[in-house]
Amino acid sequence: MRSPGYFSRAMLGVGLVFLYVPILSLVVFSFNNSRLVTVWDAAHSPTLKWYAALLANGEILDAAWLSIRIALAAATAAGVLGTLAGVALARHGPFRGRTLLAGMTTAPIVMPEVITGLALLLLFVAMEQAIGWPRGTGAVTITLAHTTFCMAYVTVVVQSRLAGFDESLEEAAMDLGAAPATVFRRITLPLIAPAIVSGWLLAFTLSWDDLVTSQFVAGPGSSTLPMVIFSKVRLGVSPDVNALATLMVLAVAIGISAAALLLRYRERRRQRDMQLAAAGSS
Amino acid sequence: MSAAGEAAREGEGPYLRIEGVSKRFGGFPAVDDVSLSIGRGEVFCLLGGSGSGKTTLLRLLAGFETPDRGKIYIDGEDVSAVPPYRRPVNMMFQSYALFPHLSVEKNVAFGLEQERLSRQEIRQRVGEMLEIVKMAAYGPRRPHQLSGGQRQRVALARALVKRPKLLLLDEPLAALDRKLREHTQFELLNIQKRLGVTFIVVTHDQQEAMTLASRMGVMDHGRIVQVGTPSEIYEAPATRFVADFIGSVNLFEGRVTEARADGLDIHCAEIGAEMRLACGPSSAAADGTPALTHGALALARGVPAVARGATVWVALRPEKIQLSRPGAPGSLTGIVKEIGYMGGVSTYLVEIASGKLLRVTLPNSARQSEHQISRNDTVSLSWHSASPIVLLR
Repeated sequence: MRSPGYFSRAMLGVGLVFLYVPILSLVVFSFNNSRLVTVWDAAHSPTLKWYAALLANGEILDAAWLSIRIALAAATAAGVLGTLAGVALARHGPFRGRTLLAGMTTAPIVMPEVITGLALLLLFVAMEQAIGWPRGTGAVTITLAHTTFCMAYVTVVVQSRLAGFDESLEEAAMDLGAAPATVFRRITLPLIAPAIVSGWLLAFTLSWDDLVTSQFVAGPGSSTLPMVIFSKVRLGVSPDVNALATLMVLAVAIGISAAALLLRYRERRRQRDMQLAAAGSS
Repeated sequence: MSAAGEAAREGEGPYLRIEGVSKRFGGFPAVDDVSLSIGRGEVFCLLGGSGSGKTTLLRLLAGFETPDRGKIYIDGEDVSAVPPYRRPVNMMFQSYALFPHLSVEKNVAFGLEQERLSRQEIRQRVGEMLEIVKMAAYGPRRPHQLSGGQRQRVALARALVKRPKLLLLDEPLAALDRKLREHTQFELLNIQKRLGVTFIVVTHDQQEAMTLASRMGVMDHGRIVQVGTPSEIYEAPATRFVADFIGSVNLFEGRVTEARADGLDIHCAEIGAEMRLACGPSSAAADGTPALTHGALALARGVPAVARGATVWVALRPEKIQLSRPGAPGSLTGIVKEIGYMGGVSTYLVEIASGKLLRVTLPNSARQSEHQISRNDTVSLSWHSASPIVLLR
């Protein structure tokens, strides 16, 4: 392969700067001693005092804990519902109402979030008046709202994974005497497991950093982490937010590195298997 | 168990009976009023082009589709509405459909696990079956670690390990390369004989069907056009479609000038001659189709005789025609236009006086023939009087 020229290298550099400098400045300033976010106090930096302040801030910790709980619940609910919808769309042929289901499950992806949020708020208020549930807005309504749009992503991921597998796999299992429930448990589920996991992770991330929809359906005392950060920044950026953001970046970086390593390991193993097969065929 | 079931158990009735089965997909008839009987231990090939309905018929037998009309009986029992997981039938898929997340052993064991057999019995039967298909050394491997031929054998083992009385094979050899295919054909027949299983094979490859089948059914547009042994179908095709689909054939349109009790006179404008065909002894093919054997129109009982003036077709297989130096008495002459050398045989395209091209196949019996025929040679064509076949449709 031809080695890239100067222009390509320069463009790569510009691209990397564009992507990473904002994050890097955030990390650097989280160790700044100064109260003023934009002024670097060279005399007393770096310092971990904002990390200490963060751990002492009950509001932020509560919000983080709430966000984690909501994200876990919403991602799990979306995982179950999205898997069922994905399997139905990929495997159950042209049933009546299929187009409607396909359209409605993917609508939240293309719908502006403000509209989703407003619609859900109106629904929850109307439901409370009609059947008395959900009582007020809060963690429950945020979880429900997150489930609706997270489910769309899980559905798409699961459906496209299943589309990559021949339907005759399930037919073969049935032909060998497995009833539909067994076929799902022993064949379909193992095949789509990676898609369910990545769909769940996607849903967790989307719920974790959702701001707009949450604003609509949140109630008093149910502020998620993005909502708290947003309101703090509006009053003026405080450096403990930098510390919080750095921790989140760290967590994401660890997660992504682990996933990349796992993928590389599996790819190596797959290639070794292919060589084995080629050797066996001769 | 019904009385019919008892009879079938005795080995009298057919093992599989299809009665007037039809299946439509969105108004399009995929399988159209098919009736068929298949006996125990047969290797029955369903042969047809793509879209002829052969795979749909197989899927109806496996239970993946339910017939719109008609009934399917296996061993005397009506299984038309029985779901696939309760049918005593197994299928080998064209794509093999091996479970990618399970090892070879686990793939083969899957069907036995559904029967809730003891772990020890499962292990023993899986081992035996892998031995039969010569895959015993590959038990722990995953399907993607196997070559195409090995996958094919695992798929066969997985379908046979449940000891089905009826095995459906959908294009079993299509994914193999040619050399391996020829070898596998005979291996497949060996296993079939050894286990005494009834095979129904779907294929679009007529060579494969001829080699494998004890009987075959030719399908076209969702209907079974003809059923018979490979030689019956080749030597006595029922229609022009069958004659043309199985092997190659020279077809001439003709008019019956004289219909007598013992034969026909047919005028073929394309040959430019009167052909006289005698009625041979009646040797009816299966299912009462008119057997048109050995060039003589054998009028099976119940088949209306051909009326004078009727249009018929005369079919002549390329290998049944001889070429010789011109001047042989009472024969047709033509000019060799093309020669296709194919190793064992050569195909000659010969143009006769009417402008019609005849296909002639001759074996290359001598290494270097002294009487080699070359292009633009004038030759005379002849055939045994028993060779032409008369087709009514």
